[in-house]
Amino acid sequence: MIKVQHLTKHFGDFKALDSITFEVKAGEIMGFLGPNGAGKTTTMKILAGFMPPTSGKAIVNDHNVEEQNLEMRKQIGYLPESNPLYLDFTVEEALQYVAAMHGLNKFNTREAIARAVEQCSLESVFYKQIENLSKGFRQRVGLAQALLCDPKTLILDEPTVGLDPKQIIEIRELIQKLGKNRTVLLSTHIMQEVQAICDTVTIIHQGKVVASGTPDELKAKSEESMLGNIYIKLAAGTIKDTEAKLREIEGVKHVVKKDSEKKGVYGFTIDVENGVDVREAIFDAVVKNGWKLYEMTPQQISLEEVFLDVTK
Amino acid sequence: MTSIWTITKKELRHYFNSPIAYVILFIYLAISGYFFAYNLFLNGVVSMRSYLQTIPLILLFFVPALSMRLLAEERKTGTLEHLVTLPVSDIEILLGKFLGALSFYVVMVGITFIYPVALSTLGKLDWGPVIGGYIGLVFLGACIIGIGLFASSLTSNQIVAFIVAFAIGFVLYLVGQSTQYIPAVAGLVDFLGFTSHFNNISTGIIDSRDVLYYLSLITLMLFLTLQSLLNRKK
Ligand SMILES: Nc1ncnc2c1ncn2[C@@H]1O[C@H](COP(=O)(O)OP(=O)(O)OP(=O)(O)O)[C@@H](O)[C@H]1O
Ligand SMILES: [Mg+2]
Repeated sequence: MIKVQHLTKHFGDFKALDSITFEVKAGEIMGFLGPNGAGKTTTMKILAGFMPPTSGKAIVNDHNVEEQNLEMRKQIGYLPESNPLYLDFTVEEALQYVAAMHGLNKFNTREAIARAVEQCSLESVFYKQIENLSKGFRQRVGLAQALLCDPKTLILDEPTVGLDPKQIIEIRELIQKLGKNRTVLLSTHIMQEVQAICDTVTIIHQGKVVASGTPDELKAKSEESMLGNIYIKLAAGTIKDTEAKLREIEGVKHVVKKDSEKKGVYGFTIDVENGVDVREAIFDAVVKNGWKLYEMTPQQISLEEVFLDVTK
Repeated sequence: MTSIWTITKKELRHYFNSPIAYVILFIYLAISGYFFAYNLFLNGVVSMRSYLQTIPLILLFFVPALSMRLLAEERKTGTLEHLVTLPVSDIEILLGKFLGALSFYVVMVGITFIYPVALSTLGKLDWGPVIGGYIGLVFLGACIIGIGLFASSLTSNQIVAFIVAFAIGFVLYLVGQSTQYIPAVAGLVDFLGFTSHFNNISTGIIDSRDVLYYLSLITLMLFLTLQSLLNRKK
């Protein structure tokens, strides 16, 4: 469980976090989004206990992070942003070191390492020096360190950055699996990732929370404020002429030719003014001009568009 | 407590994984061997006295080279962020690192104990000052490691950490050498500097005043390091 209340962080005069509030319930995976410099890493550093906030409260697993309670830290798995590792260690040494720091005994260490190695598919590089591993494998070592001691809460700062598409999917599935009985806060710039695995999303911008909710809630909210574009495909006269006629329709801002299925059949995207429904007018135009309508689809709002909308 | 030991082992592993530590070890043995042989053949007496008086100045170069990486490197690579968020306290981290560097140092200085052993085969060696001298070297080295740890906590640049540690150590060394120039405060200056305490111990008589001096300097340095480590939180 993570509860952040009016968390504020100043770096000198600069306000990196400005009274942010959100909550990740136990067993939930939250996607933590925001443009570069929004304050995601700063928030996560505070939650992991690396530095205290200037003001406000951060509670992880029922403990205020400022207590610096060592028992509490055992219940947090943290993957820092740049995935720092001791390059001179082998994977085995790195995992043994983390287990020892958690105070695991020999038996539990063996068990924990075996599990983490399996979860992160590290068998093939277990005895290799980390310096000689590819970026993706290093990322997995970082992740294995974070989840080694079976923490209740995982704080993962861009866990899939630098991985190849296959690995991204694997790590995603792993996080999803781990998230079934853990609380996960996950920062990322990849929207499909959020769509695929996150139960809830919080978007921050310039140190403030600008949107929070399930992915569907966020999309619904944004749909109210910006009606999506419309894609139509029709058989008509020349492209220029068709574009001009479409543009005459009230509420239409731009018309852009998108593709052509075959000669004479073209697809256009129509950019619409906020809140105006132009579908009837388009239909009328089709009839009036004697065009043949092949397709008319209001474009779905993607999480990406929501993101761009709220962080404008 | 076990965390301190875990960190000590980790630091030793870093030392033995890195070529720099072997280079330092090798050059230290070469240079100290040179001074040992030089003093032996020049003076032709069965005594470690002049050797033990030369070594502290050499340690001012070598010990900061051992300690410079302790925190600066972790800060630079970002592993410090991981380390301080593990379930260990900051003081355990510092003690573990301090003991790690100290262990390596003791091994390094311990190897040179073959010099007095070799010397004793040539004639009758007075072991009192020799043992005292080596104990003095351990105290002195521990102090410089403390200084080096502090210097290393100030920066992410190991070279800067080295220079700062060397400068602080050198000032303490010079202070001890300057008693005759400032007679008014000679007693104070004598107490503050490295030299007199090292000389006292290396007569073979271990006075609690000297031990107290070293222990308080180490404690002060660990305290300052802790403050500087906590400073990340500002
Ligand atoms: N130690 C620091 N001192 C001064 N400013 C800092 C410090 N750490 C972060 N900042 C500033 O705080 C802001 C938030 O940074 P943060 O790293 O949290 O962003 P982020 O959301 O993680 O961005 P990204 O997507 O690029 O990782 C940035 O403007 C950054 O320059
Ligand atoms: Mg970041």
